[in-house]
Amino acid sequence: MSTAASTQPAPARSEWLQPHRIVLIAIAAALVLSAALFMRWEWLPRYYDLALLGIWRTIWILVVTVTLGFMLAVPLGLAQAAGPFWLAWPAKAFCTVIRGTPLLLQLWLLYYGLGSLFPQFPWIRQSELWPILRQAWPYAVVALTLSYAAYEGEVMRGAFAGVPRGQLEAARAFGMSPWKRFRRIWLPQAIHRALPTLAGETVLQLKATPLVATITVIDIYAVASRVRQDTFIVYEPLLLLALIYLIITGILVFGFRKLEAKIPSRLG
Amino acid sequence: MLAISPPGWGANLLRGLANSIQIAVGAFGLGLAIGIAGAWGKLYGSPIVRDLMEVYTTVVRAVPELVLILLLYYAGTDLINRALDGLGYAPVDISGLVAGIGVLGIVQGAYATEVIRGAILAIPQGQIEAARAYGMPPGKMLRRITLPAMLPFAIPGLANLWLIATKDTALLAVVGFNELTQETRQAGATTKAYFTFFVAAGVLYLLLTLFSNVIIGRIERWARRGMPPIAETGR
Amino acid sequence: MKALLATAALALVLGLSAGNASAQAIKVGMAPEPYPPFASPDASGKWSGWEMDMIEALCAEAKLQCEVTMTAWDGLIPALNSKKIDAIINSMSITDERKKSIDFSDKYYNTPAGIIGAKDAKFEATPEGLKGKIIGVQVSTVHEAYAKKHFADVASEIKIYQTQDEAQADLAAGRVDAVQADSLSLATFLGTDAGKACCDMKGDVAEDVEILGPGVGIGLRQGDTELKDKFNAAIKSLRDSGKYAEIAKKYFDFDIYGK
Repeated sequence: MSTAASTQPAPARSEWLQPHRIVLIAIAAALVLSAALFMRWEWLPRYYDLALLGIWRTIWILVVTVTLGFMLAVPLGLAQAAGPFWLAWPAKAFCTVIRGTPLLLQLWLLYYGLGSLFPQFPWIRQSELWPILRQAWPYAVVALTLSYAAYEGEVMRGAFAGVPRGQLEAARAFGMSPWKRFRRIWLPQAIHRALPTLAGETVLQLKATPLVATITVIDIYAVASRVRQDTFIVYEPLLLLALIYLIITGILVFGFRKLEAKIPSRLG
Repeated sequence: MLAISPPGWGANLLRGLANSIQIAVGAFGLGLAIGIAGAWGKLYGSPIVRDLMEVYTTVVRAVPELVLILLLYYAGTDLINRALDGLGYAPVDISGLVAGIGVLGIVQGAYATEVIRGAILAIPQGQIEAARAYGMPPGKMLRRITLPAMLPFAIPGLANLWLIATKDTALLAVVGFNELTQETRQAGATTKAYFTFFVAAGVLYLLLTLFSNVIIGRIERWARRGMPPIAETGR
Repeated sequence: MKALLATAALALVLGLSAGNASAQAIKVGMAPEPYPPFASPDASGKWSGWEMDMIEALCAEAKLQCEVTMTAWDGLIPALNSKKIDAIINSMSITDERKKSIDFSDKYYNTPAGIIGAKDAKFEATPEGLKGKIIGVQVSTVHEAYAKKHFADVASEIKIYQTQDEAQADLAAGRVDAVQADSLSLATFLGTDAGKACCDMKGDVAEDVEILGPGVGIGLRQGDTELKDKFNAAIKSLRDSGKYAEIAKKYFDFDIYGK
């Protein structure tokens, strides 16, 4: 747990390294050391390769679903902010339904719910898509993508609505076509407005990834469960797992902060 | 199949829903208590208290709820019983309900701490200074000035937390607690009609959310009488 | 003096009865997943099946007040060791791997492990027959261990499910080609509409006592010999009195106790 300190922003060194902090860090280091020495870690080498694979899968799912989800969130936000009612209404309904039900339930509905319908439609198994449909990861990707799209779509709605009217009017006065207006003025400004929420939403998405383990996708959480179920060692794999998530979160937060710093923040 | 009385499974789903709501209410309440204490500690506590609270909120907000639930569910009760054993007391029996409320409450507490801290910081400084100038003791100031004044700023965030609490109860299905998602899974497994039951449970969760939204809207309007609107927060 | 004696006697009696009462009430852990014919819930939420009847009979015989406590399957052993429950009566096979963490009573039943698969696929429950197949098993079961040892090299994948039922659901959906599990539980699944429609029995797997173990026992904390002795005595007297056969007859037409 000691690494929590390292994920925090570090102000000036002298200010940060106060005497009580040194004591706290020493205590944390002692805790980590005693955990390393007195807890059971002999299972680690056996699961090392599997753990790396699990971390890779977790990150892969995170990146793919965040990317796809964001691409879906833009039209969802736009439809709600400026679309005609027959676009705005379904978009709003979609966001409400996804945000109003637990992701775990959505995941199980997609995987086991749809799966239970397959026997009634034999042609599905003959179709070209079957080799993909019979695997678990497409369902995980779809469920997580939809979830991210709904939450971020809500953010994008606010972002689109928040772009100052004057900007859009000026673009029109320049004689820009509607598409160009959208591409050059509206979308970049909306994304810029949504950027600060992206980091938070992406961390939340990371925290949602372990749910895919319940539909047989082997991510890092599933690997830790494996260890627990094989060896009946409970705490050590879970503690290490928590540490791994802390590190990934730390990297994400750090990366987004760098990204935000790169983009000029003066607006309108 | 969804009929209320057997052989329909409707009653099971409703019982699961009642359990879910019970946990959500308990966890939200506990989270609120932790949040108030945590925000107080972060704002006015000693440097050590502040750092510890920072570690708590950072860790809880960075580690998946599912991992925390497993960790606290197994380790939490074990540690409590070991501590009691060490002090010479008989081990207590921690029911799934209490464990669920405790675990989700600790998770909620971290988010609530941040929400309430932000809300307290949003109170115009003059109000607090005025209270200090009147010589109010800290407890009274919390009760009479800080809590009522921060309420309109905290409500949108807290409302969001309530919605998260109702949905997070589903995670307890993974440790085998009989809330709505677990009941649904059982009904689906026994009848093989997974699709029907998962959709039905989805509708129940959605109704709970929509109903909550109506209530929240009322509370918000009441708490924000005469104030400008506040932007929504994330999940 | 008399009063003192009386008080001491009273304290002794109270102490004894309190000791008895606390020893009699135990928590029996069970996973809240349908596992027919051993345990499955009905629409009113009541659990029934052969194993539920056995829990009742065993506890009555051992004069224990048993309260069934639901815990996820993969959390049963941790729950036992952290004293959330006192015994596991949930068709848990006695294996050397598990014996490192917990203790077992004598076996109370033993059935062979079988494999089922889609009707239109013709294969046998042997490594050759399962070549290139996807096999579904439930997590931390003897079947998972067995499939990993005997089929891992030939099968294209071994998929691991949290519950037995989900493995069967995925077999019906066509996501796995074969499911290995307890043959009785599989037979019950094949008796349901969903089972009849999709699958049939491919046969029992070859014996491997090292992995499949001597049978199913009651899981107990290591060192809890008092409870172990009680349950062992209860199993023996149920067998001797014919009560065991009487309960089994309600569900099976053969001796589930095994050899």
